[in-house]
Amino acid sequence: MTLFTRREILTAFLGAPFALTACSSGSSSRFPEGEIVGQSVSLGHILRENRTFEVPLDNWETKKVAIIGAGIAGLSAAWKFRRANFDDFVLLELEKVVGGTARSGQGQPVGYPWGAHYLPVPFEENHELRGLLEEMQILVSGGESSPAIVPEQYLCREPEERVFYKGRWYEGLYLNAGASDDDKRQYDAFQKQIDYWVNWRDAKGNRAFVVPVGSCSTDATVTSLDKITFGEWLRQNNFTSERLVWYCDYACRDDYGLKLDQTSAWAGLFYFCSRVRKSGEESQPFITCPEGNGQFVNYFHEVVKANVRPSQVVVSVVPSAHGVDVVCIDGDSLRGVHCQKAIFAAPMFTAPYVIRGFREDPPFAAGEFQHNSWFVANLFLKDRPKPRFTKDFPLAWDNVVYDSPSLGYITATHQKGIDYGPTILTYYYPMCAEENSRTKLFNYEWRDLADVCLTDLSRAHPDIYELADRIDIMRWGHAMVSPRPNFIWSGIREQATKPYRNIHFAHTDLSGVALFEEAFYHGVRAARAILE
Amino acid sequence: MKRAPLLFLNVFVIATCGLIYELLAGTLSSYVLGDSITQFSIIIGVYLFAMGVGSWLSRFIDKNLAERFVDIEIAVAVVGGFSAPLLFLSFAHLSYFSIVLYGIVFAIGVLVGLEIPLLMRILKDELDFKDLVSRVLAFDYIGALVASLLFPLFLVPKLGLNRTSLLFGMLNAGIGIWGTWLLLPLIKGNVTLLRIKGAVVLVLLAIAFIKADRLTTLAEDALFVDNIIYAKSSAYQRIIVTKGKTGYALFLNGNLQFNSFDEYRYHEALVHPAFAAYQGEPKRVLVLGGGDGLALREIEKYRSVEFIQIVDLDPEMTNISNAVPALGDLNRHSFSDPRVHLTNGDAFVWLDGAQTEPFDIAIVDFPDPNNFALGKLYTTRFYNLLRSKLKPDSSVVVQTTSPLIARKSFWCIVKTLETAGFSVKPYQTTVPSFGIWGYALAKLQPFETPAKPRSGIELHFLNDQSFSSLFEFPSDTTVPDDDIEVNRLDNQSLVRYYEAEWRRFEQ
Repeated sequence: MTLFTRREILTAFLGAPFALTACSSGSSSRFPEGEIVGQSVSLGHILRENRTFEVPLDNWETKKVAIIGAGIAGLSAAWKFRRANFDDFVLLELEKVVGGTARSGQGQPVGYPWGAHYLPVPFEENHELRGLLEEMQILVSGGESSPAIVPEQYLCREPEERVFYKGRWYEGLYLNAGASDDDKRQYDAFQKQIDYWVNWRDAKGNRAFVVPVGSCSTDATVTSLDKITFGEWLRQNNFTSERLVWYCDYACRDDYGLKLDQTSAWAGLFYFCSRVRKSGEESQPFITCPEGNGQFVNYFHEVVKANVRPSQVVVSVVPSAHGVDVVCIDGDSLRGVHCQKAIFAAPMFTAPYVIRGFREDPPFAAGEFQHNSWFVANLFLKDRPKPRFTKDFPLAWDNVVYDSPSLGYITATHQKGIDYGPTILTYYYPMCAEENSRTKLFNYEWRDLADVCLTDLSRAHPDIYELADRIDIMRWGHAMVSPRPNFIWSGIREQATKPYRNIHFAHTDLSGVALFEEAFYHGVRAARAILE
Repeated sequence: MKRAPLLFLNVFVIATCGLIYELLAGTLSSYVLGDSITQFSIIIGVYLFAMGVGSWLSRFIDKNLAERFVDIEIAVAVVGGFSAPLLFLSFAHLSYFSIVLYGIVFAIGVLVGLEIPLLMRILKDELDFKDLVSRVLAFDYIGALVASLLFPLFLVPKLGLNRTSLLFGMLNAGIGIWGTWLLLPLIKGNVTLLRIKGAVVLVLLAIAFIKADRLTTLAEDALFVDNIIYAKSSAYQRIIVTKGKTGYALFLNGNLQFNSFDEYRYHEALVHPAFAAYQGEPKRVLVLGGGDGLALREIEKYRSVEFIQIVDLDPEMTNISNAVPALGDLNRHSFSDPRVHLTNGDAFVWLDGAQTEPFDIAIVDFPDPNNFALGKLYTTRFYNLLRSKLKPDSSVVVQTTSPLIARKSFWCIVKTLETAGFSVKPYQTTVPSFGIWGYALAKLQPFETPAKPRSGIELHFLNDQSFSSLFEFPSDTTVPDDDIEVNRLDNQSLVRYYEAEWRRFEQ
């Protein structure tokens, strides 16, 4: 039941001019195998049916705490509990596996990510997160009186990024090749703006932009940036250079799944400023591994696996004066947990569907937490794409195609120093808050999306059809919270961060940006509130 | 009537030129692609087929036969004359060399295929058909014989491929220009224009012929002044072995790895200081890289050694002693020694995963760090992984490129080893094919510079005097004043230093 022609699909995803040439050249006869994996759309959507559930008396149990959702926020809360020697809790997860958008897959010769794939080294002020990294031995003592350091094997290996432009690969993400004097002047002026905000402090000495968002200055000078889009901010500052605008647009699509003119200027600057310690310094280096942030998921899972219950569709969370009752579908049966407290670590927009009484008297406007959708493809290659020129910049960790609406791909084997033979490329395509993008995404079948991915990559790698043995695709219906203007500093996050009748909310949504650090911060915060 | 004999001379020259181009393309492609049987077979096939295409196309030329003939001669002069230089250049710079090769062969074939039918039609009014066919074909085949004898006996040895190609291009251009006089009555258009075209091509070819030495420095011809006796593109690199007056030379991706005439200097200096620095009888030796087996040859001189683990990326490389028997003789069939255990793999990945007992001596002999995949083999991470395969008293040697040409790169490697916890004694020697070459001798604890090689080992280069001078650095190779970064996986500084330093020597 394919409703779309190939040309329509390619036009929808890759733009008309490119789709036209791609279609006229015809598709290759060899097409890899693969399937749609992951997310149980139908399971999640049971919630919308607003049914009532009667749990048989025998199927009730009692726990002190239930954590709903085993993404990074839920896992972090569970980890914090275990570290405080508290284990009278359950961690309920909708999917068969934990990890949410940070989950990863196992492959040959290495694993690969399905979503989030790096963590910038946290500043020294972020003690809690650095504590986790020390526990994982990713952060080790750098010798007496010097701060702990991350050994190089965990830091993204050079070459980190390259960009494909007019038939060639160039080092870095900003396109230096062919930049005019005006491009260079504007780029320098943009860096000066970044430096200004990196050095900026409010009266209390708080930074303008820092991770976690909870530590950012609330001074109106900064928060007023949330009222305009990043695109408007660039125009107000006379940044018109095509390649600079592309660079900023790429940043927004990469970190938020939004285009330049859909992203809050506050969020745009947050991306560029929040991981730079001092003006002039490079951004904090990235911690990565073949599985991406799956390495943290796997570590958390090792610590908390006794408490994890996968494939649990939480359908009802009923707060009362003394506690919370949580009802979930476990296969064919209904189960209930009586608990004193619950941590709601699922996306915020689901709260009204699940929490009894939320709709009637909403503590906050859950619909304000809007999410965009993505698809992620993992391509299993029998060998590396061949360079088309002897002096072309070689395969990097992150490989970006300048003219593409996708984000390009990352190379799973890169971090392990496996530079020859089979590899796995993870291709990211954000739907960028288009209208009906979610419905659109779920209407396409595996072959359509695989075709989009291969056609897009074939402009840089004509041999991709020969090399790809398999493509698996994950459709993320609600991948990331969208930091559009007038959201982050509208006050709604403060409202949602307050406990609601024995339910504590913990999710990266509460920061307004989807980041590992933010999810971790909220998970640990909620756990600590309950432990106290 | 009197122009007929001269036109037969034309046929003869044309036939000679045609075959010469064919032989050039065949020789050149077997030089650079290897496998001469396949190359010659395909080239001859494509060429003859293209001639057929040309002959068939000749029926579409109805008017101005004489002018078209001259035009075709000039075109052959250009395509054929510049074919060898063009192919050499494209081999050095393009990844799709074979497309260019067969494209050129096909183009020449089509043009040569057009020549004879046109000439026969021009001559048909002057001779009867029987005579025409017998004489034209006779001269054609005589020309072929002359070409096939001249090519190996005179042209290649005396002129080389580039000049041969250019010379015969000039002959073709000459025939074209001569034709404007010979066929003057038949030419209806602008004769001067034809002559100017011919003259321009002739002059260009002549300039190229005179400057052929300069031209070859542009092409890989310069790298491979000697005959290529083995060429293979493996999954990892392009392997070329040449044979010349001074001996055999091995190139990987166009970079010289050794020349048999002085490789013993390089390999003795690589291996024996590490043995001299080891206290006691070394039993287990690790070789990383060194797929040519020449370092193995030196190691195998030590009777105490019981186990040699060699890890080299490329099976085509470690098999080269079988593929090129002369190299097997050169490394004294070092891979056949029962003490040698070979693993084909990336040393970085191998060190990260292998479960093995520690080694007494490690010889680290990788190609220079001219790309990121090689650069990782010179990082603190790599040396830390290596440490985990060593004993506290093990000794290590690392080839560290030229301290003269790549001074920062050399000291960057030394500094990186020190940062990884090694005590380092850098040293250098002269290998004429390479220049001044550097190494780093390293141990996990401070140590005395070894004074002389171990006794009882057969050596051609090192002796007690030359050994101690290895560790002395002339002023132009000592640590530079610049800040030098440590080479780590997340900065790959060494690859950038190396690029910058060697680029100065590229033309």
